[in-house]
Amino acid sequence: MAADAALMTAAAPAADVQPAAVVARDLSIVFEADGQRTVALQNVSIAIGRGAFVSLIGPSGCGKTTLLRAIADLERPTSGTLVVNGGSAERARLDRAYGYVFQAPALYPWRTVARNVMLPLEIMGMPPAERRSRAGRYLDLVGLKDFHRRFPWQLSGGMQQRVSIARALSFEPALLLMDEPFGALDEITRDGLNLHLHGLWRSAGMTVVFVTHSIPEAVFLSSRIVVMSPRPGRVIEEIEVDLPAERDLDLRETPAFLKVAHRVREALRAGHSYD
Amino acid sequence: MRHHAVPVLVVLAVVVVLWYAGALLLNFDVARNLADENATTWDIAAATMSQGRPVLPAPHQVATELFESVFMHPVNSPKSLVYHAAVTAFAAGVGFVFAFVLGIALAIGIVHVRTLERSLMLWIITSQTVPVLAIAPMVVVVLGNVGLTGLLPKALIAGYLSFFPISTGMVKGLRSPDPMQRDLMRTYSASGAQVFRKLRWPAAMAFLFPSLKVAATLALVGAIVAELPTGAQAGLGARLLTGSYYGQTQQIWAALIMASLLALLAVGVIDGARLAMLRARGGRL
Amino acid sequence: MSAGLGLLALALGGVLVLVLLARGPDRVSAVATPLAFGALVLAAWEVFCRGYGVPRILLPAPSAIAAAIARSLPVLAADFMQTVLRSVLPGWLIGCGAGLLAAIALDRSPFLRRGVLPLGSLASAMPIVGIAPIMVMWFGFDWQSKAAVVVVMTFFPMLINAVAGLDSTGAMERDLLRSYGASYPQSLLKLRLPNALPFIFNALKLNSTLALIGAIVAEFFGTPIVGMGFRISTEAARMNLDVVWAEIAMAAAVGSASFAALALVERAVTFWHPSFRS
Repeated sequence: MAADAALMTAAAPAADVQPAAVVARDLSIVFEADGQRTVALQNVSIAIGRGAFVSLIGPSGCGKTTLLRAIADLERPTSGTLVVNGGSAERARLDRAYGYVFQAPALYPWRTVARNVMLPLEIMGMPPAERRSRAGRYLDLVGLKDFHRRFPWQLSGGMQQRVSIARALSFEPALLLMDEPFGALDEITRDGLNLHLHGLWRSAGMTVVFVTHSIPEAVFLSSRIVVMSPRPGRVIEEIEVDLPAERDLDLRETPAFLKVAHRVREALRAGHSYD
Repeated sequence: MRHHAVPVLVVLAVVVVLWYAGALLLNFDVARNLADENATTWDIAAATMSQGRPVLPAPHQVATELFESVFMHPVNSPKSLVYHAAVTAFAAGVGFVFAFVLGIALAIGIVHVRTLERSLMLWIITSQTVPVLAIAPMVVVVLGNVGLTGLLPKALIAGYLSFFPISTGMVKGLRSPDPMQRDLMRTYSASGAQVFRKLRWPAAMAFLFPSLKVAATLALVGAIVAELPTGAQAGLGARLLTGSYYGQTQQIWAALIMASLLALLAVGVIDGARLAMLRARGGRL
Repeated sequence: MSAGLGLLALALGGVLVLVLLARGPDRVSAVATPLAFGALVLAAWEVFCRGYGVPRILLPAPSAIAAAIARSLPVLAADFMQTVLRSVLPGWLIGCGAGLLAAIALDRSPFLRRGVLPLGSLASAMPIVGIAPIMVMWFGFDWQSKAAVVVVMTFFPMLINAVAGLDSTGAMERDLLRSYGASYPQSLLKLRLPNALPFIFNALKLNSTLALIGAIVAEFFGTPIVGMGFRISTEAARMNLDVVWAEIAMAAAVGSASFAALALVERAVTFWHPSFRS
């Protein structure tokens, strides 16, 4: 209780600053299986402001996905506190306050593209007319309006992932959690989707927490990058990205961009991520 | 499908030729003993194709028997094979429907209630390694002792046999959604009923149809075997039994082919349902 | 009245125990819960039979069945010899062997494979036990006719599974052997057969149950006066249900034991397969 109170004051230092979307304080998660104890996260403290685009980056096993899953209330913290949207992670999940995009599209193969997008709306009890109009709107937003009657497996991998983004956006959550959403795609498709996602974030004004292991992707998309390191999973450094808000792919060739990328790489190296 | 047609026809033709050759060989001795002294080999060979009680009836003999027993008697006469097939099919069908309802209900229980899963799953799996059909004679006799005869014992055995594949298939199917698909439901904080209706049930359909096919065959076998112990007067099992008592080989073969046609019909109906669902899902289950 | 109370107490207590066991630590509950459930069913069965004085010709109590097993060991042994060792085992070996050889033969001819496979899968959907009376006519009343039924019943599942198994080799693995210039027998022995093993074991296990069913049902159509199917049908007709149950218990034990034995061999032979790696 005392920790909670301290946290609230820490998260809202001044009246004119909105409360943070996600605040983690000394968060630890330990898995135990077959007598083996794995420390997935150790004393992680971060605060993610509203409207920010924050990337969690690090090598495999650094706990970035675990952190994201904890925010989504898919993992339970072993110790520490976690505030999502001003309340508990469970409260945020029950309020359907966030949209989650997985590493794979996780589309249901027996539903058409449009009905996949409508799935969360059905579960939330939205009237059918509203469901259809939203599915149309968000499929249009990800550039897939003409594909609403297709089945997921009739689409390419990149298109499938765009459907899953439309699905996450369809109920207009304030917070979007993305777990290496483009990791399985080829680089050309990935570039296109990065550009697309950046545009979406700029226009929708939501908070995005984005897990990746690609440095250029993190730098290109983010307003801030959280660098993590494995065994045990922890935060090494937080890097502000001072690049123009308006971004296109050519930005990646500029010295400013390369400088940020270099800083991220240095931080990753400092985390002994190659052992 | 089309590129299967020619090879299948060729193989079928080979089977028929081999069948005729087998009839010639197996019936030859009997035919020679029956023939008069100055019969030529050719005469004897011709006789192997038209014996009254051949060791192996030639395909056309079976076809004739099948045709006569199906079309030459009114369908409600005990001489009609349609009548016997209907008796068996009805018992198998009733049993199958019960197995369908109970099997799915139990699978739903097992997937949702841990105590049920832990208590029953091992036994259900083990029961598939056990020759369950062996209980058929006893069930028929015991139910006969309490005055239950005819349809009920047969349907019971048919249902009992087809129950296990349906419930195991459905348990597998209801559990088939991968962790990511389930996590997705969790992020929507979907209720248990919603997870069932929107994820588990549709995902289970891919597993339901194959197990239904197995179950249908088992129901048919169960109904046929349940007709053996009491020397039932009606049904395909009764036809097999009387055929074997009186050496009526054509009758046995006709009953066998009828039983196979019933199995095909059942599989066809299930496949039809599967295709309908396939179409609704754009070609994939 | 007291039997009713006893059953009620058993049911309530039993459910409580099962719920508690099912919630226990994983390793304990996975073994203890089904065992407890089995014990509970047996106990309820016994109480039911004794308490209500259920006549022997309807349902003998487990204790009566156990007594029958103990009493008729020589008979059970003779039936085991006749049905399992003489009919099932040779039939299963010949049927599975022939199915496997046929699959290897088919493997070389896509034309034949396309022709035989649809017919083979149709044949597996058919009530093949029905050929029992024909086999009895051809091969006589003794074990030969039962073995013949078993051969036919086990042939098609093995054929279909083995063909699918031989077909399951990945293009990359096949290309690798091609790049070595491997001959057909080499690729068969070093790649395709090992790769097909999980499928083959699948058929072996399925067939062990099918073979037992085939032999027992075939005995319903006539046998010398020995054999599990013979015993079940005649003793059922004579209302000696305890002996019938004893035979059924043996059939269940044989079925599960052979399945378990095959599963153990499978584990040892195909330990590399993903389904066995943790």
